[in-house]
Amino acid sequence: MKLFEYMGKELFSGYGITVPRGRMASTPGEAAAVAAEIGGEVVVKSQILSGKRGKGGGILFAASPAEAEDAAAKILGSTVQGLKVESVLVEEKIKIDRELYLAITVDGSARKPVLIASASGGMDIEDVPDEDIVKYHIDTFVGLQPYAAREITRRLGLTGPPAGEMNRLLPLLYRIFREKDAELVEINPLVVSGDKLIAADAKVTIDDEALYRQKGLPHVEERTEAEQKAHALGLSYVQLEGNIAVMANGAGITMGTLDTLQHFGGRPANFLDAGGGTGTEATAKALEILLETNPRVILINIFGGITRCDDVANALVKVKNEIGIPVPVVIRLVGTNEETGVRILRENGFEAYRMMREAAAKAVEIANSGN
Amino acid sequence: MAIIIDENTNVIVQGATGNQGRFHTRQMLAYGTRVVAGTSPGKGGQEVEGVRIYDTVAAAMEDHRVDASCIFIPAPYARDAAFEAIEAGIKVVVIITEHIPVHDEMDIINFARQKGATVIGPNTFGIVSSGKCKIGIPSNQFFVPGPVGVVARSGTLTYEIVANLTAGGIGQTTVVGLGGDRVVGLSFVDVLQRFEKDPETKAVVLVGEIGGNQEEEASLFIKKMSKPVVAYIAGKSAPPGKRMGHAGAIIERGKGTYEGKVRALKEAGASVAALPFEVPELIRELIG
Repeated sequence: MKLFEYMGKELFSGYGITVPRGRMASTPGEAAAVAAEIGGEVVVKSQILSGKRGKGGGILFAASPAEAEDAAAKILGSTVQGLKVESVLVEEKIKIDRELYLAITVDGSARKPVLIASASGGMDIEDVPDEDIVKYHIDTFVGLQPYAAREITRRLGLTGPPAGEMNRLLPLLYRIFREKDAELVEINPLVVSGDKLIAADAKVTIDDEALYRQKGLPHVEERTEAEQKAHALGLSYVQLEGNIAVMANGAGITMGTLDTLQHFGGRPANFLDAGGGTGTEATAKALEILLETNPRVILINIFGGITRCDDVANALVKVKNEIGIPVPVVIRLVGTNEETGVRILRENGFEAYRMMREAAAKAVEIANSGN
Repeated sequence: MAIIIDENTNVIVQGATGNQGRFHTRQMLAYGTRVVAGTSPGKGGQEVEGVRIYDTVAAAMEDHRVDASCIFIPAPYARDAAFEAIEAGIKVVVIITEHIPVHDEMDIINFARQKGATVIGPNTFGIVSSGKCKIGIPSNQFFVPGPVGVVARSGTLTYEIVANLTAGGIGQTTVVGLGGDRVVGLSFVDVLQRFEKDPETKAVVLVGEIGGNQEEEASLFIKKMSKPVVAYIAGKSAPPGKRMGHAGAIIERGKGTYEGKVRALKEAGASVAALPFEVPELIRELIG
């Protein structure tokens, strides 16, 4: 779950990291009020879950509350980087002496947190040459201790009061990363302003799997309605643009099914991983979600391990009997309890394929017929 | 020979009294796995499928030699269960559980490294040394002994490929599921190194997917291998920026693309199958 910048900054501030004075506003009037409260020049920043806002016209400067109101009126409701803006952050304009980059994220190949820092901030870290980047892996049982902070600060070439500030900031950022179950905490730019270090931006992504124990955080929804519905059922769903609705069990085989459909000239309508061990009830709900997208055909590809073929067959029968299935269904069903599953399907008028390639070819044939 | 587990591996099931634990304890026993004990707090003394249940791992180890654990504990408690197994000195810990927070996964693997334990998963189907020992959840019928080692990031796609191999008369030494999460215990390279050393393994199938850079790292090792490798990468049709079910399966900032992985694997000398069911044909071409 990604947090909006203003939420990230509130989080930072709560841990003692310096951020510009400011507040979120969702109307031009509110923006003017915040600007008046701050006094002097302000910056009005669109709150969307994407970077590169400046280039898209999503960040404007204002010298007075009236100008801040105008700026907010321009930004609110507009589309920046393909996303609709529903709120802005109004904050003091800070003096920038130098811009740094700082982030902590999960390094999958090292299986450890990695701190990434650079003296070249303000730009996309992907564009910074490797030799200008400091990478420091952290042992989760040791944490980010003061000695490590001093070493990172040294490698960044910081001296004087900003170095002291950096030594203080680094362990705080790591504490946020750990305590909030973050996948990413990023400050870009981290601004050297006189003697101070100020987090001029905040990008925080919380691990979805840990939300159950992160009760204090705001809720941010990025998924479409169908995706939310699927998520609530423990299914993983991504909307695509074709006309063949797909349900499979397991992320890999679902991707493999989409690839195979595309290979045969078909266009998948979605990615739906029904997961492992999903019972009859959840599988039936998954089918209902697929029907809502009005596909030409539904392809079900199940290779049962933890998922039992009889559960899938029963779900299909349940949906057929309770709400009806107005489009053709092509099913491939093998694995755990296969014989029972196939028997249930046959008794209810469904035919099951054993080979994925045959089922995929059949689904494509149906989808493309009559075009 | 096989890698990591074989016919002498004694296994305990943590969470053996739950739905999944019970079902798969039965399946593992049916495959011939030596399941010597199960654990379930507060249920010590009970039996599941004729297997004695203990309250703790340490209690089970007072009565049995244990080489491996299979964990079916729900995500919020999985770190505790894995720590318990590792602390007790179990050297192979297979974590079937999905949805474990990534910070817990980093802690589990950190502790395993300190204690010299091998973690398989989390979010894995497990590991099967065909005809000898199965630890995990795949359906028994498709795993038969033979000359091919299989290593994969995802579960059902692996069953698909293994079933195709078996249908084509090609059995397996060991089939390893790394797990679908961003942080897992073993990498492709860790497993490829073991297959390279295993005298019975004549060729290796690598089942990867978009996202991350594991396949690219594997390519560097494949270049040095004496054994042929056939790879299949899932996610050719996936749009960038969309997470395809697995935490790791996402193309971010142009990295981890299908094309990049296929290029790296081909340059390293691997054969790349465009679709899952092409894998057996490519294997047959390579090992006859």
